[in-house]
Amino acid sequence: MEKKLGVFICWCGSNIAGSVDVDLAVAEAEKLDGVVHAENYMYMCSDPGQQKVKDIISEKGLEGVVVACCSPRMHENTFRKAASSVGLNSYLLEIANIREQCSWVHQNNKPLATAKAVSIIEGTLDKVKENLPLETITIDLTKRVCVVGGGIAGIMSALDLANAGYDVAIVEREPAIGGHMAQISQTFPYFHNIPELLQKKIDEVSAHPHIKLYVNSEVDVLDGYVGNFNVTIKTQPAFVDPAKCTACGKCLEVCPVSVADEFNRGLSQRAAIFCYNKTEGAKIPVLGQNDCLHFVNSETDDNDKCKACVDVCPENAIDLGAIRNLNEEFVGAIVMATGYDLYSPEQMPEYGAGNIPDVIDALAFERLLDPSGPTQGQILRPSDGQVPKKVVFIQCVGSRDPERHKAYCSRACCMYTAKQARLYRQQVEDGTAYVSYMDIRSDSRDFEEFVQAGMEEENLVYIRGRVAKVIQEDGFLRVFTSDTLSSRQIVIEADLVVLAMAMEPKAGIRELSKKMNVTIDGDAFLSETHIKLYPVESSTKGVYLAGCGQSPKDITDTVSQALATAGKIQTMFSNETLIADPLIAEVLDDVCSGCGICIDICPYGARIMNDFTRISDVNQAVCQGCGACMAACPNKACELINSTSRQFIRMIGDFAGKAGAV
Amino acid sequence: MGETYSYYPGCTSHSTAIEYIEASKAVMDSLGIELKELDDWCCCGAASAHNLSSSLALGLSSFNVGEAHKAGADLVIPCAGCYGNLAQANYVMRNDEEERQRLEKQLDFTYNANVKMLSLVDLLAREELRPAIKELVKKPLKGLKVVCYYGCAIVRPAAITGVDDTENPLRIDTMMADLGAEVIDWSCKVDCCGGDLGLTDAEKTSELVNKIIDYAVAAEADCLVTSCALCEANIDIRQQRLPILYFTEMMAEAFQVGDRSRWWKKHFNDPSKLF
Amino acid sequence: MAENLLQKVVAESKQPINHCYQCRKCSVGCPMIDEFDFPPNMVMRMVQLGMKDELLKSKAIWMCISCETCGTRCPNEIRIAPIMDSLRAQCIDEGVVPADPVTVALHTAFIESIKTFGRVHEATMLMSYKWKSKNFTSDLDVGLKLFLRGKIPLLPKKSKNMAKIKEIFKESGK
Repeated sequence: MEKKLGVFICWCGSNIAGSVDVDLAVAEAEKLDGVVHAENYMYMCSDPGQQKVKDIISEKGLEGVVVACCSPRMHENTFRKAASSVGLNSYLLEIANIREQCSWVHQNNKPLATAKAVSIIEGTLDKVKENLPLETITIDLTKRVCVVGGGIAGIMSALDLANAGYDVAIVEREPAIGGHMAQISQTFPYFHNIPELLQKKIDEVSAHPHIKLYVNSEVDVLDGYVGNFNVTIKTQPAFVDPAKCTACGKCLEVCPVSVADEFNRGLSQRAAIFCYNKTEGAKIPVLGQNDCLHFVNSETDDNDKCKACVDVCPENAIDLGAIRNLNEEFVGAIVMATGYDLYSPEQMPEYGAGNIPDVIDALAFERLLDPSGPTQGQILRPSDGQVPKKVVFIQCVGSRDPERHKAYCSRACCMYTAKQARLYRQQVEDGTAYVSYMDIRSDSRDFEEFVQAGMEEENLVYIRGRVAKVIQEDGFLRVFTSDTLSSRQIVIEADLVVLAMAMEPKAGIRELSKKMNVTIDGDAFLSETHIKLYPVESSTKGVYLAGCGQSPKDITDTVSQALATAGKIQTMFSNETLIADPLIAEVLDDVCSGCGICIDICPYGARIMNDFTRISDVNQAVCQGCGACMAACPNKACELINSTSRQFIRMIGDFAGKAGAV
Repeated sequence: MGETYSYYPGCTSHSTAIEYIEASKAVMDSLGIELKELDDWCCCGAASAHNLSSSLALGLSSFNVGEAHKAGADLVIPCAGCYGNLAQANYVMRNDEEERQRLEKQLDFTYNANVKMLSLVDLLAREELRPAIKELVKKPLKGLKVVCYYGCAIVRPAAITGVDDTENPLRIDTMMADLGAEVIDWSCKVDCCGGDLGLTDAEKTSELVNKIIDYAVAAEADCLVTSCALCEANIDIRQQRLPILYFTEMMAEAFQVGDRSRWWKKHFNDPSKLF
Repeated sequence: MAENLLQKVVAESKQPINHCYQCRKCSVGCPMIDEFDFPPNMVMRMVQLGMKDELLKSKAIWMCISCETCGTRCPNEIRIAPIMDSLRAQCIDEGVVPADPVTVALHTAFIESIKTFGRVHEATMLMSYKWKSKNFTSDLDVGLKLFLRGKIPLLPKKSKNMAKIKEIFKESGK
């Protein structure tokens, strides 16, 4: 039986009525199949306009409605709500866009614009005729969270969620949480003491009943979808049993290995068994398999392998036979707080990094500033332990260098360089600090004042220009640069050079992003859905982004973003179940041959081969209704509900037929 | 009114700015303002002293500020250049305790924070004098289109001159309107005329002067009114398009006082046809 | 070196030269900018970097006519005029050949007139200037015009306390 259809044509003031003859369009619409009512009105989206639609639906018992007006992005929701308020299934109302796609682009030809509007209305009516009434889809929701990364972003996000009562699992690759923030001494722009701030948060995490910490761990496999993720976590073997270890430190002394300590950026040496950093959580030593002679010399006979640490441990806490663990966590949401690395200074041979010991990166300089660091907070140059009297800080090293390195600005460097140079001048009163810069980007509260105060109070010498090269000569580091403000070539004879290296996504992010089904940009930063309105949502529903994994940022912005993810997830968890749009793909079981092309093409991982039926199923919770599978399916076994091939072919026929007639 | 002030003539009062001083004295007579010339004074150093030695400039200006403090009344300084130098010295004494004590000792006076340095504009274009000035107008300057030119020294720097708006001062404008003239808003009120360069770089000075006159002519002004003796001489002598007048000459014309026809002869661009 | 020049100029001018962040508002508004070899913003930079030789030899320091437009507009309240005064004084004191000897000749003639009379006597000052600058033609007509309008008196008038004025000169080393 044919549906009783209604057509409502909006003037949109003169926007539509100026180039479409709305009275003629009503007359034409009335002639179309199934149409029992057609009318026009000045502003259909206004309250009286919506009331007209509602009244006619009730009065004439309409079973399908076309509103011919602006783009569905503007008012589809408005009219669908109005229809459902009077009992018409909202999926039986469609918008015919006769403004953006008709009146606005055909302003000088009223007859043609009117004919086109009528054919758009006719096509849309044909679609409505075959639309099914639909209900939203309900999805189960597991109210637990997995946070990938235990830097300040992961910590702050996890604490907020845990304090709201949700169980959180933090997965941290390193032996302790704290991330790069644990390497930094003080904040800008207020010189807050970081070890103090950070330790408080680490203690809260460690003691929190709702937080489970996986250190030395990585995500191995991710299955499932929003509300129902299954995360497999791979944990490196715990060679030291924390239950037995008393942190006496004997094993550290007997270990024969000495390698550069990564946490101190190579400014000190450590054994193969070592304490990762000076935070409270890192008191129990860890054993680096890649450095330990026991594992490195794997071909040696078992009895001859080094066991110095095992032998010296009074508590028998060390077991070199420990194996790695796999754990599973079922969660409803995931936070990607994967952080950054500094771009390697070795990429900049012109600055001598890697060859000249007194050319160091900014994190190494932070280690020099740390009272519990390798120099107890004294700024001493690595080559000879002397206090450097002239220090050159170079900004934008690797950043803003589109052809050779990174095109982007690393955003935090201007400020931390100002902070480091100021701290240097505060410690070395007769020292001179030069800052080589291209621009000074100090665009947050008290940032500009902080940089200016450096110039005014600590007499930092800012030199605008990009350093050409640094060479070691006559006992100095000769820094060749120019002051573009006075157009002069300058050579500074420095004692120490600090490079503000570009920030780049953490190593391994490409593989991880594939596992997590999160898209990345050209620089491998994790992409958000929309930079303005969905800044913490990733391309996969239920996976959120926080911190420098998404783009370089300072601690302030990182924490803001981390708390935003926690807020978004709590909003999601405020419901008992999740609701999804029913406009998704479906499979015609008797046509599907199980070829699997749709599985590869689906950008959301929503298509799954049913091993039993050998038919490609649609995961309703994950499908976004993009139609990629529909286009790719060689057997036409995939359809989008309410946007079927049949509906579209009919619509195209309507448009083509009318266009041909004019 | 019966106001009495100390008076610093400056070197130009007997030379280039003679008509300015005579006009100013004539209108002050009408307003009942009495000036008492300082017992002793020397050149403020003009631009030359500070160009060669800041301490010489401060010393010479302070000599005169010191004389004013001895006399005990506010000091009126007609020449804008002298005013700028003396106000600068007074500013140093007000803000630099050490310098002040040194100067007090050297020049044998006691600093008095109440003694102010006043330009003629400070003195005559005061809000409270406006009713008296309006009353004294015998012949309103009706139909006369004027642009007011302030120059540098009575305007900048604001910390020293106390001017409220360094880019668009209005005190002379307001007074000219009170005298009945039609005041035209224009863009060169506080531009430098290059007066200090007059004797060393005539070409550059003419360029600066002509730019100012171009704007004044474009604004359809009949004459340019100023309070600076150096500006007046510099602008008047370097162009033949527009008469340049002191603001006190305009007052005297409106009040119909003083030997005006004699003053007009001192100008290079004859202003007599304006009245 | 760098520190020495900067410290000396800051001490003499009492201006916070380190506050300059190179916005160039000074140079944009400068009426004399066409005559400068280094615009005012660059002079600030050169003082910061201690480029003393180039500054003392520069034309810029003599072309500044202390109109104070730059200092009035400076967002960091740096008055450039007193900074120029300090540089000019260093140029003379250190015996550097000034880039604009004519201006120096005028100023020297001017203060000599003050040293003699306590005031400036235009006729003698102008003669002295013309003699010093060996510049007999340029703008002589200005003096003549002023004379003919009765604006240059023939007899000089002296200050009373010449002893004190001489003392001021002596103290300043002039």
